[in-house]
Amino acid sequence: MRDFWQILVKFFTSLRLTVVLLALGIVLVFVATLAQTDMGVWGVQQGYFHTFFAFPKWHGTPVFILPGGYLVGGLLLINLISAHLYRFRLTWKKIGIQLAHAGVILLLVGELLSGLWQEDYQMSIDTGQTKNFAESYRKHELAIADVSDPQFDAVVAIPEQLLTRPGNLDTQGKLPFRVVVKGYWPNADIHGPMMAPGLIPGASLANRDLGATLSLTPVATTTQDNTRNSPAASVELVGPDGGTLGTWLVSPTLDLFAGRPQTFDFGGRTWALSLRVARAYYDFSLTLRKFSHDLYPGTDIPKNYSSLVQLKSAGGLADRDVLIYMNTPLRHEGLTFYQASFANNDQTTILQVVRNPSWTLPYVSCLLVAGGLLVQFGMSLLGFVSRRKSAAP
Amino acid sequence: MKKLFPLSVLLLGVVYLAIALFPPKPKGEFNLDGFGRLPVLLNGRLKPLDTVARTTLLMMQGRQRVTVPGGRSITPVEWLLDTLYRPRVADTYQIFEIVHPDVLALFGLVPENGAGNKRFSFDQLSPRLGELERQARQIAELEEQAKTAGREPPERNAFQRAVLMLRSHVGLYDRMTVSLVDPQSPDFLDKINLFQSGLAAGVAAVRAKDAKQPYDEAAAKATMDVAERFGFMADNGYLHIIPPADNDPNPDHWHNAGSVLIESIGDGEAAGFAQRTYAVQLFAALGRAWVAQNAAEFNRGVMLYRPTLLVRFGARMDKVGTEARFNAAEPFYHGMILYVAAFLLAVCSWLKWPDALGRAAFWLVGLTWALTTGGILTRMWLEGRPPVTNLYSSALFIGWGAVALCLVLEWFFRNGVGSVAGGLVGFCTLLVAHHLALTGDTLEMMQAVLDSNFWLATHVVAVTTGYAATFLAGFLALIYISRGIFTRTLDRATGDALAKMTYGIVCFATLFSFVGTVLGGIWADQSWGRFWGWDPKENGALIIVLWNALILHARWGGLVKQRGLMALAVFGNIVTAWSWFGVNMLGVGLHSYGFMDSALFWLIMFILSQLFFIILAVIPGIYRESPSSLPSPSRPA
Repeated sequence: MRDFWQILVKFFTSLRLTVVLLALGIVLVFVATLAQTDMGVWGVQQGYFHTFFAFPKWHGTPVFILPGGYLVGGLLLINLISAHLYRFRLTWKKIGIQLAHAGVILLLVGELLSGLWQEDYQMSIDTGQTKNFAESYRKHELAIADVSDPQFDAVVAIPEQLLTRPGNLDTQGKLPFRVVVKGYWPNADIHGPMMAPGLIPGASLANRDLGATLSLTPVATTTQDNTRNSPAASVELVGPDGGTLGTWLVSPTLDLFAGRPQTFDFGGRTWALSLRVARAYYDFSLTLRKFSHDLYPGTDIPKNYSSLVQLKSAGGLADRDVLIYMNTPLRHEGLTFYQASFANNDQTTILQVVRNPSWTLPYVSCLLVAGGLLVQFGMSLLGFVSRRKSAAP
Repeated sequence: MKKLFPLSVLLLGVVYLAIALFPPKPKGEFNLDGFGRLPVLLNGRLKPLDTVARTTLLMMQGRQRVTVPGGRSITPVEWLLDTLYRPRVADTYQIFEIVHPDVLALFGLVPENGAGNKRFSFDQLSPRLGELERQARQIAELEEQAKTAGREPPERNAFQRAVLMLRSHVGLYDRMTVSLVDPQSPDFLDKINLFQSGLAAGVAAVRAKDAKQPYDEAAAKATMDVAERFGFMADNGYLHIIPPADNDPNPDHWHNAGSVLIESIGDGEAAGFAQRTYAVQLFAALGRAWVAQNAAEFNRGVMLYRPTLLVRFGARMDKVGTEARFNAAEPFYHGMILYVAAFLLAVCSWLKWPDALGRAAFWLVGLTWALTTGGILTRMWLEGRPPVTNLYSSALFIGWGAVALCLVLEWFFRNGVGSVAGGLVGFCTLLVAHHLALTGDTLEMMQAVLDSNFWLATHVVAVTTGYAATFLAGFLALIYISRGIFTRTLDRATGDALAKMTYGIVCFATLFSFVGTVLGGIWADQSWGRFWGWDPKENGALIIVLWNALILHARWGGLVKQRGLMALAVFGNIVTAWSWFGVNMLGVGLHSYGFMDSALFWLIMFILSQLFFIILAVIPGIYRESPSSLPSPSRPA
């Protein structure tokens, strides 16, 4: 048992392991970079880094197995920490190395944490418009809203991943009817009612509203950076008496088609039903006063993009104008708003909204490593110079 | 004799530079220098016409010199003057480089028809320009079809790229010829004057016509016809060379001649028109003098124009003038020559006279380094930016940083290694920079998100220094391997010294590449909201950090000895070259600068050569017997 422990300690604290892991890390990063031409950055993040094993593909078929980012990073972390625990001596001679490694540990932990809890949303605001929510780029939700009151919507939003299994959805008693998923497609094209091979006629998926007259083709999901999935689902609503209210086909594309969400009346109230990009609501709002797009004189080379927004919080705590521009985001209530893009002839700004509680870790880490390496290499250099001096005749 | 040798080499270098950097003003009666220093607004900044002439020629034909029919060489500014004022003469100059055989076939040409088998004149191309246009349209249509079908347009092949490039060059040339005068009128100044004297009557006639009242048909037609030509010049003229009107508060409102002429018509008041088009008429007068080859007249025009600019744009004119001087001095070209000389001296120092030759080489490297320092500082001042803003300047800076480290190494070790490495790295990086300059003006504007001097000065400088150090470690290793295999000069002391140098430089590289990479992440966090996005360029930098860390840990763990260290360090060259150029060729990500065909070939060649050296480094028993050729036992430095 003791021997086994010794072997274990030796293995996890060895420099050989460090070198092997660094080499594996290099291979992983390199292969992942090449894979980006096919998979896009987001696909590579999921398929190579935020995973324990990666399966590089050649023309769609996996060809070999690589330890993924979690495995390589995790083992490096264990290797680093155990080596330091095991060999730790508090001496001035080693202080530089220890500082530097502490910085690396912090960096790895920070990256792990942001991989786990960082949330990305986008907020697109037209000039003069006020928004208090941002939309996800990849996630969707089934939104069922009571829209009877023109001033106020009561929305029940069900995350997309709950739709993946057919059957009853648990709405926690917040709706006067039951929601039953009949079918779900993670990415689908919606067409007019023509018949073709591979096409699913809408009549078999819905008997209410627009969906019944259209048709659907399932398509492969995408992870490319500039394309989105458009999921679709067939959803039946069942009244408290067990009688069906009808079946609807829901999809963001369908709402785009119709230019409105699908609505129906039940229990004397009007309801809207849509599968839409997931939203995050905030207790403050942003109003776009002006978006500016500056060019270098006599060219089309962009010099700066900026959005002048009014930030107003619900409680009246904040009510001020903020200029968001390149390299200068707005940080508010743990969220950061960045100038990401624009549309609509410079009338619409698109802000990236990020929540990442560990965003400061890299800053600290950078200081630690830079300081540590400076001390370490500086001491070696000084030693070397003074040795040469004393050796010189 | 030997004592004086280094000093005389240094002196020789200084004299060479003095002659090279301060060339005599162009001979001949025309004040070409003065004309070349006139400002023009292009690509977002005010620059001298000299720069426009040089960068345009570099883009079109890969060199600045133009050989005219008859074999005489003319300067870039002379070429520009002919293009602007005598396009029918310039049309005979062979300045369009075409190497793709299928593109040549479009024109019914063979390489033998061209100067140097690859350069052709506008006259040679003009009969079949319609076919070029048709090919270019076809490419655009194919891509449009793919887009409407929701597909990614297929990657352009070499022929398509060559077609589009040639079309853009021909288009650029065409636009230059209508920048200042209308090539269709034999004397444009006359035409303007005529227009001006008939302006009041012409405008009145056109107004009357519009109001459906009786009007002077001839006057209206004359004015409309000329205005139409002005409009054509306004739409197509390339050079924004006419300064903003006196009452315009925005100093960036430079225009081409055509738009100033059109906008000055106003109410048809001749005096106002004359005043507002003063600069246009002056350039037209210069043109008349140039066409007539009347030097006195030409020089008078240049002398007349400059003072008016100095009053209004004093400080900016300083920069414009300096830039023209800087172009003519070509410091980086002369640096290349001096680095080769230093390299040869230093190599010879290993065979004979180590002291005298070694010191001469050291001083020469130092002199050249000072020269490149001056060059980089001048560019920084011109641009108002930190040293690295694009690929071209990164090559300059990598060379500068690596040679600086070499000087430090040579100062301590005095064994010629620093000078050899310095001469080699300095030359190679300047050569790379020279080729990168073929894409056009190297003082570019920074795209929005990059427009931050703080991050350019910290992240970019640190990362580039990391590149420089990693390359240097690799080059030191190349010297170790070459000396060990091809010569008998790698004795134990030299081997140990080289190992220490390489190790030290790897440490330095680790520090800078790590800090630079993390700073890049922090910049990304500031501008896009994510510290690390696995963007290809970020990954490239990360690989360099990991590789340097791997070398250090392998060394500390005793996993490699001297030769292993050298093999690893040479691989660092591959890793760095990949990050520097390879990722740009992937064509994805935020950092991609566009594809470079020939660069890909050279990158592959470079990687193969480095692999060859790595194999050499690890083959046992291949090292030549030198007094003590066996690598010393591993000892952490």
